[in-house]
Amino acid sequence: MEKDNTVVEMKGITKRFPGIVANDSVDLIVKKGEIHALLGENGAGKSTLMNILFGLYQPDEGEIWIKGKKEVITDPNYANRLGIGMVHQHFMLIDNFTVVENIILGAEPQKTLKIDYDRSVKKVLDLSKRYGLHVDPHVKIEDVSVGMQQRVEILKTLYRGADILIFDEPTAVLTPQEIEELMVIMKNLVQEGKTIILITHKLKEIMEACDTVTIIRRGKVIDRLAVNETNPEELAEKMVGRNVSFSVQKDKAKPLDTILSVQNIHASDNRGVKALNGLSFEVKAGEILGIAGVDGNGQSELIEVLSGLRKIESGKISLHNKPVHNLNPRLISESGVGHIPEDRQKRGLILDFTLRENLVLKSYYQPEFNHHGFLQYKEINQHAIALIKEYDVRTPDEFTIARALSGGNQQKAVIAREISNNPDLLIAAQPTRGLDVGAIEFIHQRLIEQRDKGKAVLLISLELDELMNLSDRIAVIYEGKIVGMVDPEVITDRELGLMMSGGKVEREEVE
Amino acid sequence: MNKWIHIFTKESVLIPVISTLLGLLIGAFIMLLGAYNPIQAYLSLIEKAFGDFYSIGETIRQITPLIFTGLSVAFAFRTGLFNIGAEGQFIMGSLAATIVGIQLDLPWYLHMPLAVVAGGMAGGLWGVIAGYLKAKRGVHEVITTIMLNWISLYLSNYFVKAYLSEPGQQRSEFLKESSWLSLQGLSQLFDNARIHFGILIAILCAVIFYIVLWKTKQGYELRAVGFNPHAAEYAGMNVGVNVMKAMFVSGVFAGLGGAAEILGVFHYLTINAAFPGYGFQGIAVALIGGNTALGTVLGAVLFGVLTFGATGMKFGAGVPVEIISIVIALVIFFVAAKGIVKYVIQLFKKEKKNML
Repeated sequence: MEKDNTVVEMKGITKRFPGIVANDSVDLIVKKGEIHALLGENGAGKSTLMNILFGLYQPDEGEIWIKGKKEVITDPNYANRLGIGMVHQHFMLIDNFTVVENIILGAEPQKTLKIDYDRSVKKVLDLSKRYGLHVDPHVKIEDVSVGMQQRVEILKTLYRGADILIFDEPTAVLTPQEIEELMVIMKNLVQEGKTIILITHKLKEIMEACDTVTIIRRGKVIDRLAVNETNPEELAEKMVGRNVSFSVQKDKAKPLDTILSVQNIHASDNRGVKALNGLSFEVKAGEILGIAGVDGNGQSELIEVLSGLRKIESGKISLHNKPVHNLNPRLISESGVGHIPEDRQKRGLILDFTLRENLVLKSYYQPEFNHHGFLQYKEINQHAIALIKEYDVRTPDEFTIARALSGGNQQKAVIAREISNNPDLLIAAQPTRGLDVGAIEFIHQRLIEQRDKGKAVLLISLELDELMNLSDRIAVIYEGKIVGMVDPEVITDRELGLMMSGGKVEREEVE
Repeated sequence: MNKWIHIFTKESVLIPVISTLLGLLIGAFIMLLGAYNPIQAYLSLIEKAFGDFYSIGETIRQITPLIFTGLSVAFAFRTGLFNIGAEGQFIMGSLAATIVGIQLDLPWYLHMPLAVVAGGMAGGLWGVIAGYLKAKRGVHEVITTIMLNWISLYLSNYFVKAYLSEPGQQRSEFLKESSWLSLQGLSQLFDNARIHFGILIAILCAVIFYIVLWKTKQGYELRAVGFNPHAAEYAGMNVGVNVMKAMFVSGVFAGLGGAAEILGVFHYLTINAAFPGYGFQGIAVALIGGNTALGTVLGAVLFGVLTFGATGMKFGAGVPVEIISIVIALVIFFVAAKGIVKYVIQLFKKEKKNML
């Protein structure tokens, strides 16, 4: 009987929010001991469905069956009692508590009136050994890596006896190495008899680790497939609802004059430690220069220096042969630099501003929108409506606050604003981080379009695939220096990876 | 028509209204516990607040300073700052207006405006101190404004005692009549109530509040900095300067309130042992008004009516005045604890559905 090993069954779940139907009679069947992927674009309704399963939302219609029993999951505590645990995308940890204190929080073993720490530590170490989740129980959360924080979150659910684990986009915050470790951990968990539901929009993870996949688009279940009977192309098509090309179509670059020239710059990070050590490169009109490197080798500082948020101690940055280093952000932006920031929610947008206000964040003071100190909302509206249409920003209207948009649409708004200022140099820092394939494709096309219009594009990314596909040249950054300039047509992933970690490669150096 | 229904059923409007009703209801319950008659008490409250021209004039007097300090706190809130210092800025406004009112001798059309402007400027500059410390030294404005409140209280007392005092009295001498904001004719209209032109300045300030914040380039920058200083900095705005500007405007509102109270009501400045309290009430007014211009004015009206009308409850129904402090506290409590009110709204909505 199929029923026998079904641990979670959601039948006809419907959840409405004002203005949208987030889940439209969704069915989900998860079997014991499998890794079940829930695939969908941002805003498709994956997280809503899992929040219902975890008791954070109540469904308007539908039934939930857990281990063959019909349940009404009123709150997360009840979900815990049913053995459901959730590892949130944004960790729910207390920074200045130790690892073990965080794990036992709310379920502390007691010895008379005191917390029995010895027993807690032993229990945590047992769990950690059994599932291969390496943690150091006595250090504070603020001192451990993101990867370990995530392992602490997983241990928290296991400690509470969860056997159905929900992972909400767990890899979004991890480095490539940490992602690999997580995949191993998930396989260990399943071998020990746990069941995992993985919310994701990354096809690679599904192909690598999952057994079954349920695809959701616009609140509806599109299909349920066995992973070994499908392929990434099919999944992408079902997720987005149309054909998606993975490789980027572009002609050979025709580089012209030098737009940006960075010569021998030095700068320190927030702690006063040298972050840029005599870094030099040039970007020409009509080319995309990629900057490859392991996170933390000076990329963030480089971006801040280029956009005017950080001072350089020595060296020279010039734009069209005019020096622009240590100018304030506005002067740099006015001299023809557009910038898609690394962190769109922190730097790129004011989330509580409406879309129309966000779209003039760099130009609100220009005569077009500002007459004698008064903003011209009529013009601002028209500007917003035009950009929303041109850049396909999916929003109810221009008065919606940015916070209410999905990640992809927020990023489209940032890109619309930056490109509409018609910059000569476009700096794109991690432009597709956390986005789904549809949005990634759109953004890549826009970057190439800028290049083909004869603009200079500087692409700083941690995604090797993205750099290899888009760049005309790749500069490798290592410990605050450019250690090599390579041609993506010639170099292999392995060679590039070696250079990023400070190794030497014989064949390199394009002009 | 639909638009109006929409406005009145918006959460930002429903929550303060229902909070007020809940506050009054629980206040009534407490009166019942004390064997008082709540209906009679509230009727005499209304009678006291609106019964005759004198009462109306005095109620408006009570409302006026609350609008000023409410706007002060709300403006700072909108720009991401928590101005606990409206109290101190209010006092500095009073002091500056008193100095100008006593020391200068000018025709009224110069003297009165000058005293008002001096009050506003003093409050504004007092606010800028906290703004500067936040922008350049990173000291949190809650700490600095609380400390500046005490400094202003004793500074004002010192000035009155040392330079402005009426011999043998715990207050300054009277301001010259040319600096007054009150007018015999206006007072007579209201049976000699101490209503004054400060109310017009207050309403003008509310209009300015709205226009500056929502229509101007400067207001756009202030709000941007308030919501997300990182993005504002990256968009080329000077975060520090905007913080100082915001504290200046916030302080001007409070300072004008202090000036209006002296120039309109008392015409002298007393040596205060404790804070007048308008600045702190302003925090509650801004909270209940949702930090909007209109909401703040309405919040001030509510608090003004309740506090002034409370004396009527004592005479009309024998209810102690303190009950109204409980009601006000309850209203603030419910606005702050939105969840409870939302729950009540939900209950009503469900009931409606069941009835259909």
